[in-house]
Amino acid sequence: MSITKDTVKKISKLSRIASNDKFEENMIKDLNSILKFVDQLNEVKIDNIEPLASTVDQELIKRDDQVKIMNEKKDILLNSPEDNEDFYVVPKVIE
Amino acid sequence: MSEIYQLTLCELVDKIKTKEISCEEVTKSYVDRAKKSEKLNCFIENTFDQALKKAKDQNDKIDNKKKLFGAPFAVKDLFCTKGTQTTASSKMLEGFKPQYESTVTSKLWNEGANLLGKLNCDEYAMGSSNETSHFGNVINPYRNDKDLVPGGSSGGCASAVAAHLTSATVGTDTGGSIRQPASFTGTVGLKPTYGRCSRWGIVAFASSLDQAGPMTKDVKDASLLMEVISGHDDKDSTSAQKEQEAFSQKLTKDIKGLKIGIPKEYKIDGMSKEIIDLWDKGIEIVKSLGCEIKEISLPHTKYALPAYYIIAPAEASSNLARYDGVRYGFRAEGKDLIEMYENTRSIGFGNEVKRRILIGTYVLSSGYYDAYYLKAQKVRRLIKNDFDEAFKEVDTILTPTTPSSAFGIGENVDDPISMYLNDVLTVPVNLAGLPAISIPAGYDQNNLPLGLQLIGKSFDEQTILNNAYAIEQSINFKPNFKDWWM
Repeated sequence: MSITKDTVKKISKLSRIASNDKFEENMIKDLNSILKFVDQLNEVKIDNIEPLASTVDQELIKRDDQVKIMNEKKDILLNSPEDNEDFYVVPKVIE
Repeated sequence: MSEIYQLTLCELVDKIKTKEISCEEVTKSYVDRAKKSEKLNCFIENTFDQALKKAKDQNDKIDNKKKLFGAPFAVKDLFCTKGTQTTASSKMLEGFKPQYESTVTSKLWNEGANLLGKLNCDEYAMGSSNETSHFGNVINPYRNDKDLVPGGSSGGCASAVAAHLTSATVGTDTGGSIRQPASFTGTVGLKPTYGRCSRWGIVAFASSLDQAGPMTKDVKDASLLMEVISGHDDKDSTSAQKEQEAFSQKLTKDIKGLKIGIPKEYKIDGMSKEIIDLWDKGIEIVKSLGCEIKEISLPHTKYALPAYYIIAPAEASSNLARYDGVRYGFRAEGKDLIEMYENTRSIGFGNEVKRRILIGTYVLSSGYYDAYYLKAQKVRRLIKNDFDEAFKEVDTILTPTTPSSAFGIGENVDDPISMYLNDVLTVPVNLAGLPAISIPAGYDQNNLPLGLQLIGKSFDEQTILNNAYAIEQSINFKPNFKDWWM
């Protein structure tokens, strides 16, 4: 499997990263070199092996269902690029 | 006496408590030195004035119960610090001031440490040389005829500890980001067992691998810091239900009878004679201390790095989806919402971060998930099984930390794979979730430090700390750089 210009375009779109010719050219080279490297995994016999997503083997414990007052709206909005009253402002979505 | 900044963390806190030196003197000593060390580019943001003020207040309020009382502490800029800019070394987060404190750093302040500033790292901790930072390279205090990288991603941490710009620090390690820079700078770096320390309030890279840990001048300091920052946290469901342990009190150099494994697969192709000699030296030392050496096999070692470069980017692509220009951080203009997202992420992220997001998106995308992501997770299982088998026979595993000493700035930037190979000896540990420590063990022919790595059983940090402490006492490593940057 190798990565073409169309693939880079597609995954850039899925990743919401703006792309252009130069970016695509560079990424085709880098991504193919990484894919070639990770293709070594094809040598490994993995039949009947359970995938391992996390090394944590403890059971999740339930916490007490307590109400906490967390009125942090003002604090959180301090970091917003643009806001108005209690809302984030974004470019117009509906025509 | 030697300069205050040369003291270890433990020595410094002791001297404050016995009133031999004041908190203010200590902080001033570090601040003065840090101000003269701008060339090393360790700090992204400093809080010197705030630290001096706090130290002055601490002078007549000495609290003997607090383990880090009066210690000046700069931390990796991946830890959220309330009211102090936290960037993850990315343009995306320039100016971001968290409204909360990470669990790990709040534990430092609770024990009486003072924030000195935020330390440079690779962007979102993605890199092995600190060259992907939006705020420029960190420089290693060790050099030959040119400036060298400090390693990464916790490069600012490593240089700052080595150059005495902070008493100790906390870094994070996803694939070697504490141990590799520690090895490059002649310092000690410990990656704890996954789950030992809370990840709450740390900018996320790869959530199943990320772990915070101490970076210090010596092993005793690492054991003290380890006991401060570890412990269960309700705010991180992956943090382990374990009591805090008194690692520093249980520290001993008596390791007689310890069984130490030497994995043959870590002798990778092309490994230099210097690294092999260093490894042999380590083996001779532990033998002389009464340990039993066993050759072991970790057959899937070769596949750890390729599996990592699927799993880590996959998790990163998901974690970094949150940077959308809406709620915090950088925002670029766009004619509509989608274009705003795309421009924000295109301009806000650097090249290495974009590379990893794209790879991660690719391996998770429809049609490729099984071939890449699922396969990598299965290989991850095999790597963990290798360690489980090995630890039936041995107590710790001894290896070199890195395949080379620190390299020159710009030497490895053209080919991502050559950069990734730096982590070939550190990555397997992250995949298996195990603890590992790097300690300085000697110099190469260019007088650059080299590290040895000790890997332990899950949640057995104590044994690798003891093992490291014993080796450290035998080697008696002394920093040998001059303050050339001042």
